[in-house]
Amino acid sequence: MTLALETTDTGLKVRIRLADGTWFAVCDLSALLPGRGVAALLPDGRQAAVFTDRTGGLYAVDNRDPFTGAAVLSRGLTGTRAGRPFVASPLLKQRFDLETGRCLDDDAVRLRTYQVEAA
Amino acid sequence: MSTAPQATPTIVLVGHGMVGQHFLEALAERGLTATHRVVVLCEEPRPAYDRVQLTSYFSGRSPEDLSVTDPRFIEEHGIELRVGDPAESVDREARAVTARSGLVVGYDVLVLATGSSPFVPPVPGRDAEGCFVYRTVEDLLAIEEYAKKATTGAVVGGGLLGLEAAGALDGLGLTSHIVEFAPRLMPVQVDEGGGAALLRTIEDRGLTVHTGVGTQEIVTGADGSVTGMRLSDGSELATDLVVFSAGVRPRDQLARDCGLTVGERGGIAVDEQCRTVADPRVFAIGECALAADGRVYGLVAPGYEQAQTAAAVIAADAAEGAGGAGLPAFTGADLSTKLKLLGVDVASFGDAHGTTDGCLDVVYSDSRAGLYKKLVVGGDGILLGGILVGDAEAYGTLRAFTGSVPPVPPESLVLPAGAGAPAQLGPSALPDGAVVCSCHNVTKGAVRGAVAEHGCTTVPEVKKCTKAGTGCGSCVKVLDRLVTAELEASGVEVDRGLCGCFAQSRGELYEIVRALRVTSHRDLLDRHGREDARGGDGCEVCKPTVGSIIASLAPVIGASGHVLDGEQAALQDTNDHFLANLQRNGSYSVVPRVPGGEIAPEKLIVLGEIARDFGLYTKITGGQRIDMFGARVEQLPVIWARLVDAGFESGHAYGKSLRTVKSCVGRTWCRYGVQDSVRMAIDLELRYRGLRSPHKLKSAVSGCARECAEARSKDFGVIATSHGWNLYVGGNGGATPRHADLLAQDLSDAELVRLVDRFLMFYIRTADRLERTSTWLERIPGGLDHVRDVVVHDSLGICDELEAQMRAHVSHYRDEWAETLDDPEKLARFVSFVNAPGTPDPVVGFVPERDQMKPDLPLLSIGMRPAQPEEAALERNARR
Ligand code: SRM
Ligand SMILES: Cc1cc2nc3c(=O)[nH]c(=O)nc-3n(C[C@H](O)[C@H](O)[C@H](O)COP(=O)(O)OP(=O)(O)OC[C@H]3O[C@@H](n4cnc5c(N)ncnc54)[C@H](O)[C@@H]3O)c2cc1C
Ligand code: SF4
Ligand code: FES
Repeated sequence: MTLALETTDTGLKVRIRLADGTWFAVCDLSALLPGRGVAALLPDGRQAAVFTDRTGGLYAVDNRDPFTGAAVLSRGLTGTRAGRPFVASPLLKQRFDLETGRCLDDDAVRLRTYQVEAA
Repeated sequence: MSTAPQATPTIVLVGHGMVGQHFLEALAERGLTATHRVVVLCEEPRPAYDRVQLTSYFSGRSPEDLSVTDPRFIEEHGIELRVGDPAESVDREARAVTARSGLVVGYDVLVLATGSSPFVPPVPGRDAEGCFVYRTVEDLLAIEEYAKKATTGAVVGGGLLGLEAAGALDGLGLTSHIVEFAPRLMPVQVDEGGGAALLRTIEDRGLTVHTGVGTQEIVTGADGSVTGMRLSDGSELATDLVVFSAGVRPRDQLARDCGLTVGERGGIAVDEQCRTVADPRVFAIGECALAADGRVYGLVAPGYEQAQTAAAVIAADAAEGAGGAGLPAFTGADLSTKLKLLGVDVASFGDAHGTTDGCLDVVYSDSRAGLYKKLVVGGDGILLGGILVGDAEAYGTLRAFTGSVPPVPPESLVLPAGAGAPAQLGPSALPDGAVVCSCHNVTKGAVRGAVAEHGCTTVPEVKKCTKAGTGCGSCVKVLDRLVTAELEASGVEVDRGLCGCFAQSRGELYEIVRALRVTSHRDLLDRHGREDARGGDGCEVCKPTVGSIIASLAPVIGASGHVLDGEQAALQDTNDHFLANLQRNGSYSVVPRVPGGEIAPEKLIVLGEIARDFGLYTKITGGQRIDMFGARVEQLPVIWARLVDAGFESGHAYGKSLRTVKSCVGRTWCRYGVQDSVRMAIDLELRYRGLRSPHKLKSAVSGCARECAEARSKDFGVIATSHGWNLYVGGNGGATPRHADLLAQDLSDAELVRLVDRFLMFYIRTADRLERTSTWLERIPGGLDHVRDVVVHDSLGICDELEAQMRAHVSHYRDEWAETLDDPEKLARFVSFVNAPGTPDPVVGFVPERDQMKPDLPLLSIGMRPAQPEEAALERNARR
């Protein structure tokens, strides 16, 4: 499996910080649409869902929906609630805070979050 | 008092009609069903039903829908209801009633609620086959059956019920006549001017009215069945069927036989407590009773009042052992009525005929338009009564103002909109004592109380709490306005907002988008969103809703028509985003459109080949097409490229838009079919495909009344008749099934399409988010009648606009999948991973089942959360 990154774009890259502290580039910043996520495959086989919002904020959380096990959170709709960004699972619609990973509909559930930047 | 015949005192009710049932409810409310044995003798083969709405049987309400008897109510209160077992005699000395079954029940209190029977004038031939009356469900079933072999029908009597019966015959497809002895129609309720306006509109509908003539003889043929009738002017009218509707007579035979006093012209004589004048243990209520004011009331509201009175008196008797002062009394009632007869609104209220000394009329009349409005005003400016024909919109308010001086000059209340400035008399101007609902005698004060003290916040809650609006329904509009006004006044925030981001309802947002041509969610949010939501990203509720509104209006407001263009893409639910339906393991299903369910073998083969080549699970859907499951996101464009090549289009199984128009095989093959249902289904499906709406839309077309396509469970269903098509709307399968209501009959192809155009566009314009047509129809004020007024009679003057919007939709339609395949930028999104476009999502796995495959989800099932989903799955992937 190759994690080839397209290198034609001269602009900024979106990078995710992995567990070992290294930064891992996933795509061009221009590939992100506000309100619409993308999924990235990480070197350890996990998946991250990466989002941006209107203000240019970047967020990355685990792509798997803890309620169903399907890797689909990148395909959920995002929104703002009380000033905080969230994503709603496209399957059963539970919402997750994009900064903390906390499920807004079930206190016991939390998503792994990643540090993310454009560089 | 003498000793009771049984340990538990017994109340026997004879007659289980509308008033009888209301009486039982009044007993229960007063706790009498707990202290008394209650036995009900019911003559008809079914418990009490809504006789007032009887005619709606012909527009699709089943006898069960008409029922007003909740079986749980009967059971909970331990009422012994004996259906189909009428009382045959009463022995007042022994205090016992004998029923047809032979049962003898002793009573402490006997209540007669036997109603009335239709009066059939004693003309020769009146018992011939083909002669009917119009009173019970059984009468209607018999008329319906007989009408199948008839072409012409005549109604004897042009009163309220006669017109209703004539409307029913007309609806059954018969050429219909009305024969009325008086010089005008509805002589009791309306005056000459009103009668003229009514006549005009009824004749416009193709019915023939003969006034000022009597029926002399029913003419019969060789087999003894009706062939015509001879009239008093010597003429003969050919007809296959006759319905007598010449008034009613109280059913007082039982009372006569046991020696109770009856009036000269019939009716069981009672006092103000509804007690028979001859026997204090016997009461009479409803249409069989001759009230203390010397009248027999033929309307349901006074009957309800009598039922309440009798129950209160019986309760007082039970408590005191004897009646005392201050007993409730029935001293007479208002004869106000509002009806829709043959599509014409007719209302009369108060002193409609102006019999009060010194009263004056204010009249507006336009017989060309079938309008007639008259108010009767006293010398002191008090509104005494009135008559409205053709437009009875103001009825609820006017009736409530009767007996007081209205706050605006009376003429402004009858002028039509546009002529001068018609006064907007809101219900807030009403005094608290004004009766808003006359069926249940509910005052404005009581409605306010329901809101203020009982915490009701919606019309359905207020209906439940006060019963207002649950009778004839004519007061619901006023009720709706009153409840809203009351809620607002009491400071309750009536939040009809769509979501946390918008304070507007979907309908209001639709109007904003349309009027201001807003083409982006972001603009709408920043300009019209709630203060604290502006500048944000919206939410998962408003994004798809606004996306759908913009898509519905795209051709009108100049937005792009494709759901994946620009910002639109970010608004769509994942299904719309990938133009496919997301499945539980993250894969997608593919549903190509198969219009009308008709598919040629060649296309079936293509579907089979594609499913085989991509290893998709196939299933015939409930919507007459084929679903292929288990496609990975990156396979969707490849699969669709082959489908589009073979001539398939998106089936929009993913969208809140038209799904399928099911069809039966129809006239082409079926021996019963009367129209080509397949062709019509295909035409409709192609016309409305891709139309984005508040919720999904489903339709079906059946080739005859056998209804094999199940059209009446659809949002709009079409059933063929020998003259054209009947259009039904507001049907639903799913969680809350509802049969669709008849909107219009015997339409030509063009009329049908035009009406569906209007209906759908009106729904799209006014419905709430995720509100199917069924719930929408039940929610909007005025319900089906209002929708019919708008889309059939163009009462809002918006039909041209609705049609234009639909034309724009039809001409702008493009297949979403074909367009997507042509656009590399859109195609780029169909990948599992942005950084590994060629790699499939390893979480999506399948295992075999019954010759096909199914998602491999060993660890998860919806609703249950595994302890460590992530780790477990990683492990599973590692094992592969
Ligand atoms: C495939 C199918 C079942 C089947 O195997 O036969 C199906 C499958 C789904 N139905 Fe259905 N319904 C299917 C026919 C029906 C029918 C029967 C019909 O249309 O004649 C009904 C009852 C009729 C009706 O809608 O009034 C039906 C009532 C529902 C409802 C309840 C709607 C309601 O108003 O109560 C939902 C839930 C919703 O839409 O909110 C639903 C929702 C769904 C969804 C979309 C659930 C979802 O969001 O994932 C399913 C998606 C299937 C997929 O991924 O492709 N489905 N569903 C049928 C597809 C028909 C088609 O060709 O498009
Ligand atoms: C087509 C139609 C339209 C109408 N429209 C309106 C309207 O718009 N507004 C309005 O206010 N009113 C309307 N009415 C009148 C309204 O239906 C009656 O006023 C109301 O039903 C009277 O109720 P009731 O219980 O007194 O009599 P019913 O409803 O007639 O009930 C009496 C019951 O007693 C039964 N019975 C009789 N004798 C016996 C016996 N010996 N033993 C046992 N049971 C017996 C009968 O079978 C019947 O079921 C309409 C009536 C019809 C037919
Ligand atoms: S609805 Fe009528 S025409 Fe259609 S298949 Fe059934 S019986 Fe035949
Ligand atoms: S007036 Fe008939 S239901 Fe209210």
